[in-house]
Amino acid sequence: MAAAMPLALFVLQLLGPGGWCLAEPQRDSLREELVITPLPSGDVAATFQFRTRWDSELQREGDTDHYFLRYAVLPREVVCTENLTPWKKLLPCSSKAGLSVLLKADRLFHTSYHSQAVHIRPVCRNARCTSISWELRQTLSVVFDAFITGQGKKDWSLFRMFSRTLTEPCPLASESRVYVDITNYNQDNETLEVNPPPTTTYQDVILGTRKTYAIYDLLDTATINNSRNLNIQLKWKRPAENEFPPVPFLHAQRYVSGYGLQKGELSTLLYNTHPYRAFPVLLLDTVPWYLRLYVHTLTITSKGKDNKPSYIHYQPAQDRLQPHLLEMLIQLPANSVTKVSIQFERALLKWTEYTPDPNHGFYVSPSVLSALVPSMVAAKPVDWEESPLFNSLFPVSDGSNYFVRLYTEPLLVNLPTPDFSMPYNVICLTCTVVAVCYGSFYNLLTRTFHIEEPRTGGLAKRLANLIRRIRGVPLL
Amino acid sequence: MAAAGAAATDLEVVRGKRAALFFAAVAIVLGLPLWWKTTETYRASLPYSQISGLNALQLRLMVPVTVVFTRESVPLDDQEKLPFTVVHEREIPLKYKMKIKCRFQKAYRRALDYEEEALSSGSAQEAMLDEPQEQAEGSLTVYVISEHSSLLPQDMMSYIGPKRTAVVRGIMHREAFNIIGRRIIQVAQAMSLTEDVLAAALADHLPEDKWSAEKRRPLKSSLGYEITFSLLNPDPKSHDVHWDIEGAVRRYVQPFLNALSAAGNFSVDSQILYYAMLGVNPRFDSASSSYYLDMHNLPHVINPVESRLGSSAASLYPVLNFLLYVPELAHSPLYIQDKDGAPVATNAFHSPRWGGIMVYNVDSKAYNASALPVRVEVDMVRVMEVFLAQLRLLFGIAQPQVPPKCLLSGPKSEGLTTWELDRLLWARSVENLATATTTLTSLAQLLGKISNIVIKDNVASEVYRAVAAIQKSAEELASGHLASAFVASQEAVTSSECAFFDPSLLHLLYFPDDQKFAIYIPLFLPMAVPILLSLVKIFLETRKSWKKPEKTD
Repeated sequence: MAAAMPLALFVLQLLGPGGWCLAEPQRDSLREELVITPLPSGDVAATFQFRTRWDSELQREGDTDHYFLRYAVLPREVVCTENLTPWKKLLPCSSKAGLSVLLKADRLFHTSYHSQAVHIRPVCRNARCTSISWELRQTLSVVFDAFITGQGKKDWSLFRMFSRTLTEPCPLASESRVYVDITNYNQDNETLEVNPPPTTTYQDVILGTRKTYAIYDLLDTATINNSRNLNIQLKWKRPAENEFPPVPFLHAQRYVSGYGLQKGELSTLLYNTHPYRAFPVLLLDTVPWYLRLYVHTLTITSKGKDNKPSYIHYQPAQDRLQPHLLEMLIQLPANSVTKVSIQFERALLKWTEYTPDPNHGFYVSPSVLSALVPSMVAAKPVDWEESPLFNSLFPVSDGSNYFVRLYTEPLLVNLPTPDFSMPYNVICLTCTVVAVCYGSFYNLLTRTFHIEEPRTGGLAKRLANLIRRIRGVPLL
Repeated sequence: MAAAGAAATDLEVVRGKRAALFFAAVAIVLGLPLWWKTTETYRASLPYSQISGLNALQLRLMVPVTVVFTRESVPLDDQEKLPFTVVHEREIPLKYKMKIKCRFQKAYRRALDYEEEALSSGSAQEAMLDEPQEQAEGSLTVYVISEHSSLLPQDMMSYIGPKRTAVVRGIMHREAFNIIGRRIIQVAQAMSLTEDVLAAALADHLPEDKWSAEKRRPLKSSLGYEITFSLLNPDPKSHDVHWDIEGAVRRYVQPFLNALSAAGNFSVDSQILYYAMLGVNPRFDSASSSYYLDMHNLPHVINPVESRLGSSAASLYPVLNFLLYVPELAHSPLYIQDKDGAPVATNAFHSPRWGGIMVYNVDSKAYNASALPVRVEVDMVRVMEVFLAQLRLLFGIAQPQVPPKCLLSGPKSEGLTTWELDRLLWARSVENLATATTTLTSLAQLLGKISNIVIKDNVASEVYRAVAAIQKSAEELASGHLASAFVASQEAVTSSECAFFDPSLLHLLYFPDDQKFAIYIPLFLPMAVPILLSLVKIFLETRKSWKKPEKTD
């Protein structure tokens, strides 16, 4: 940075006493929360949510034209600290106070699962939606394997997970809470113990099941002031029964099949494990142009029968310009597996279009499933502003369904890969062939040919002469 | 039979020779040009001579000055000679390859009736207010008034107005025109071009030693600028700071930028950053129980903050940062000390080409009144005064060197006089021309030095356009059309940068020679060796057969 220098006093006359704007400037509001879900296996899932809301009008030029909306996917990226740092900069309290002090890169990236998101969207400020606020929602989910790192103990604490404890709330936050999922354990206090004991609990229907959470409110002065910091701990008093976590009603898998480097098949398996309810699913697939889809091979079967989608939108790819886009609304019968498969041909790329490690393969983005899944327990309609953040990302219109968006796994597809030294080999080979042909041709045309007198006899003649000389007979 | 055999062999030898010669001829006449043509890199022709000519370009900056004589300003017999034109030319001495000459073309004429009327009013300020005619950019009008006119205060000799006009007191003297002419030149120089302004504009192109960092203050010329106002609140627990930045920008910054809009596009944005600390621990002074930042520490203040500003990543244009820092409770009040240890009155400093920082101390009375956090309403007038002054400095609009006994009018409500803007445009045009010339020269040098760079037609056309724009701009400057000269100089910079940074220049840049040989040798070696050998053989034989007859003689 160049040398800085103090500014000499330099008063401009233009600044008269300006009238003050009397209207109260609207404050941005921040809510933050951390949800900790201990799993019976010993894993601990922790989800951070930060919501910043601006009441100022960001969008001044009328509505967004939906024609300009774009969907883009990067199938794979290795997440690292460089993804976390700019994400943390968006938080008003940075990582200096509040829940964000727990966001320490060296712990967050030593987890078995890491997911990080930024959502930005307009939110209605009132029921009639006459004015709009903007919401920036940042979520970060990690799953710690407490069982392995804790040498066979499933106990955990904030300090053991994040190597930090909570010391002070973010002064800018209007709400700052930690929720601990104690759904299956609160009936009998025999199984586990949460320390310090929560002041309040919260019950609601989350994703179709009834859940109970212990709440620690950081803005409540009693939570932190007793011990100067808050280190939530959980101790298992008795080993939990080996219960399997409940299977979700909707889940999906995706794989690529086929052999050789010419053709292949993309298959998506959609599982509906609900015992008696069928529900529709919107499946969105983008496939890069270098997999040329054969649309006539698109088959959807569930329970051995053809399943006809009620809506199909297909936009074919254009080479090097746009990928295939396939969108379908499929009805999933109760307790079934639906298989969506389509065949494709692998295209040859130009040799400059290959990635630096082409034999690793090319990533194909995951398909996206959006569905309204019927819930087991009817939820009561919630107040948007009052309910916790983890419950309000997708609003539910009625209590019998809940919205789910699933991403399947990205696929890795091998494309026919040329030998990249081939151009040079071809040049060398052709040059050599040309040079050999040319050489013999040249010789043939420019050499002078003599008719040589046949030199009679060789070694045999000399031998014969030698014998004749010995014998005294005239030579041949 | 032997003779016939020998004759047949001779015939055969001659045929072989001919065949070899024909092969060589085909290879040279057909093969070589074909190979040359198919493997050559496409290089569109460039105006190399014109580009090298640009280096010796003589810039004549013409400032048209209209000098208007009112009644009784000069002796009557002198007035008889009006109207006529005087040209005053002066070379501006700069250690730069471009010769810059400054030309004041003074057109003398008598005042018209309405001008007489306007100038007979009370004071100079009022007279300038109802200045009717629109003047072209870069031109100046100087009114010469009578020696005893009450338009100016008694001890003042001249007055510089907010627009493109000035007033000079006349004289009744035999050498009236010469004396007045000198005064007019002084005023005109203050209002248009001085050495300092041009030196600052060319700071990047001048040798380092002569011009200190002080001169390097102005921002580089660009098509647009981005201005970011940031409020840094490192201690939100104790301070709840509010600022009405939207209103302040609308009221104070926007008029200034509108006036400057001829020099480029501006975009303004603002942000509030919490927990953003300065990188330096201030020193505590127990006598005044306040904290001080020493001047030599100031450069270290910026870097830790800069990583959080984050605006430069999203913009093509240079970014100017203005930070308002409300010190944390533990470190307030905080003052900036200058070299002598005295606190700086504005409590602000600026960094050339980066922006400015102002420390805004919370009134200590506020702490007593209420519990933390204290609500702080920022006094935007105080802040914007400093930021606007810094903005002027960063754009290189410095205070002019006023000739003695000259009255300077205050700026208009925009905070920028019209002639200050003109002066900026003069400086920016010269800077743009220098930048474009440097870019073109280094591009020509580079292309001349590395022979396997492909020069595509679009690059060539950009180069031609840039050269033409430079020439056009120089011509317009010489004829005194500032506005069109500035536009042409901007076009020159854009085109030259476009040509210089064209990605197609890089395609074959790193294709090494040994790879070329590796590809050519398998083909060329087996083909060339027999041809060369037989040529050598034929040559030797012919020489032998030529020498043989000589010997027989």
